[in-house]
Amino acid sequence: MSETIGFLEPRQAVLDRRLEIIADLADLLPEGSLISDERGLKPFETDAFLAYRRIPLAVALPETTEQVAAVLKYCSRYGIPVVPRGAGTSLSGGAIPQEDAVVVGLSKMSRILDIDLFNRAATVQAGVTNLNISEAAGADGFFYAPDPSSQLACTIGGNIGMNSGGAHCLKYGVTTNNLLGVKMVLFDGTVIELGGKALDAPGYDLVGLVCGSEGQLGIVTEATVRLIAKPEGARPVLFGFDSSEAAGSCVADIIAAGIIPVAIEFMDKPAIEICEAFAQAGYPLDVEALLIVEVEGSEAEMEAMLRSIVEIARRHGVKTIKESQSALEAALIWKGRKSAFGATGRIADYICMDGTVPLSQLSHVLRRTGEIVAGYGLRVANVFHAGDGNMHPLILYDINDPEDAARAEAAGNDILKLCVEAGGCLTGEHGVGIEKRDLMRYQYSQADLDQQMAARAAFDPHWLLNPSKVFPLEGRPAA
Amino acid sequence: MIVHFEPPSEEGIASVVRSASAERVALSIVGGGTRTGLGNPVRAARTLSTRRLSGIVTYNPSEMTMSALAGTPLSEIEAALEAKGQMLSFEPMDHRPVFGTSGEPTIGGVFAANVSGPRRYVAGAARDSLLGLRFINGRGEAIKAGGRVMKNVTGLDLVKLLAGSHGTLGILTEVTFKVLPSPPAAATVVVSGLNDAEAAAVMAEAMAQPAEVSGAAHLPESVRGRVIDGALPEGAATVLRLEGLADSVALRAQGLSEAIARFGPVSQLDTAQTKRLWADIRDVKPYADGTTRPLWRVSVAPSAGHQLVAALRLQTGVDAYYDWQGGLVWLRMEADPEAELLRRYVRAVGGGHATLLRAGEDERARIPAFEPQPAAVAQLSERLRASFDPSRIFNPGRLAAIA
Repeated sequence: MSETIGFLEPRQAVLDRRLEIIADLADLLPEGSLISDERGLKPFETDAFLAYRRIPLAVALPETTEQVAAVLKYCSRYGIPVVPRGAGTSLSGGAIPQEDAVVVGLSKMSRILDIDLFNRAATVQAGVTNLNISEAAGADGFFYAPDPSSQLACTIGGNIGMNSGGAHCLKYGVTTNNLLGVKMVLFDGTVIELGGKALDAPGYDLVGLVCGSEGQLGIVTEATVRLIAKPEGARPVLFGFDSSEAAGSCVADIIAAGIIPVAIEFMDKPAIEICEAFAQAGYPLDVEALLIVEVEGSEAEMEAMLRSIVEIARRHGVKTIKESQSALEAALIWKGRKSAFGATGRIADYICMDGTVPLSQLSHVLRRTGEIVAGYGLRVANVFHAGDGNMHPLILYDINDPEDAARAEAAGNDILKLCVEAGGCLTGEHGVGIEKRDLMRYQYSQADLDQQMAARAAFDPHWLLNPSKVFPLEGRPAA
Repeated sequence: MIVHFEPPSEEGIASVVRSASAERVALSIVGGGTRTGLGNPVRAARTLSTRRLSGIVTYNPSEMTMSALAGTPLSEIEAALEAKGQMLSFEPMDHRPVFGTSGEPTIGGVFAANVSGPRRYVAGAARDSLLGLRFINGRGEAIKAGGRVMKNVTGLDLVKLLAGSHGTLGILTEVTFKVLPSPPAAATVVVSGLNDAEAAAVMAEAMAQPAEVSGAAHLPESVRGRVIDGALPEGAATVLRLEGLADSVALRAQGLSEAIARFGPVSQLDTAQTKRLWADIRDVKPYADGTTRPLWRVSVAPSAGHQLVAALRLQTGVDAYYDWQGGLVWLRMEADPEAELLRRYVRAVGGGHATLLRAGEDERARIPAFEPQPAAVAQLSERLRASFDPSRIFNPGRLAAIA
């Protein structure tokens, strides 16, 4: 694929000292925690945003906060860029390194430190996977709410970096609403603790600022997160419609009626076909759009809520309604949805957009998205979190055809511009990373960006932490 | 003499800021002025109020979002929401009763101080509902952050940073926030006669139930009679709030009552009584006594609250009640604020923070209102502050122990 997104020029002074740096870092880390050979570095050249690749200078895999601190202190002293990495599942290129950077991977810090049911909090190391937290608390009837589709692999550290969402955030909020505190290492090696089980610490909400800062303010090594009591029951129901518009306005009406299901997921026909072929989830194939609405609570509560939702769906001409009859069926319904990106990857290359729009704009943006992509001669599958307006058009293309790739990227940019014009934003849960960096001016004025960058500089004045990401390369303050 | 400015526009505010910045004159930033007792006293030659920057800009009930100018009275916002069956889910505390202030709280003040209530644990603080804002920074520039959609991770989250910054980073001019449907029914399950430690156990038990408890508090006997005109049954009251559709609330209340019946006598309050009770708990009615007797707002892990109070009682005269879903212990001291003792004990029970909410003028001048922070965090906060307000003109001293 042709590269239209630029990286910062590698620092020659750093590249020249490569061997010396590797030797020094090896002294700071336990045996086997530093990767510097070409074969070993290869898996770290990109993340789930596969279009861009850079082999880093070295990869450090520390086992303790102290080791993270030692590595950062060293890199800060010698002006070496650092790219933090969790599981490398970023869809926006947040973890893609650069040639002069040391990747600090948290994968070895994967211990659950404390499950405190009395205070409904779990404290875990940053490399613990999202799903592991829910599994650790599950036997006692609790879970951790944000559930990105990659939850089997993605780490809580990465979730904090991107302020990740998921299908069930409509009711429970995203990472920032479920994060109580962090231990983090600043770039100069200072270790600080922010927040914790006592809520709303005085002073600036640094936990809130760090969440979603894409590894640019420091490296989080431990997190304390909120646990929630599992509902009595949960039931996903499928609603099939003859048009995307009907499904879109049904969503708006459900919310307007004051009903907040735990999730409302949307799929259009191409997405339904792709997911059904992969998961055999029992999705209806004779409809143009599908909603998965999940309600939870006691049997009586779910019944009551579903009655109201069905009534609204009927007003919008719903064609098929299918309730899951067993836990197995419910699991299959979610398996189909959560494997949407992977299943799409089986039939074509794709880029995944992540814009969010106000609910009233959903139908309009869906229609325009179809027109935009068709205008570039490409196909699109839509599968997304409809309840909160977070859209994920998947633009299908051929990664080996440079022209096709360029068209896909251009279509994506047009779609994101559309989202901003409709009152929304560039990214709802995947992060800016490298992918949307150069589009930031669609959403923010230079003064807005300057203020964000000034706040960033309070943490990392020399722009060495994940430096090629988030902010357009031009117009940055002099380091 | 203190000069007072009340510009009617965002540009007017920016222009007052630009002159103050050029002259390096400090500005005290206020909304309705009902919460000026929060934090340390500010010394400034000029006051800048957002009061005239008032009005709801957009309200779209079907999207569950509202935008309003910062000086809009909270009462106006709540009335508009109520007309559509919606509410601010974080139920902001009204500080007028404890501070003995009058006037109208503004929506800007609510977010600037991150004012929340007893639904804190389940619905979040004010900052969790705040989606976007406009503010004037210390250079007099108008800055936009966030937006009007529920999910937004585009760039650094300055929205969270500004919420609760007490006007020291920027002057909020417009806020966009999430609203939620008001629950049509509510009930409170009351367990009577428990001591503080037993009550904590009941609370933990209740939270582990799928009953969706949206408020949990313990009012010891000394406090019980000072809410809803003494209508709670005899003995200390451990209260658990349930909200939602009427049928569902009734079912859950029954289930919860059965689950905790072994702890003590259980009774229930209806929707109307529940509303009043939780407003009293939220607004610290038991200690809204027209005095300036020292009042502390203490945040520790819920399991540590009663340990802290028990330890303090051995040393000094203290009255306390627990708002667990707000994550708080409210402490009224008999005489001295006992700041050092209290803060030492907070550290001893596992950490947290004690905020001196109310005290006499001498004591407020002497005791930092907010828990002092570790040096590294304080330095970072100061650098952050300088990146917004380089000439340090906004509310100097307000967060004194912090930055």
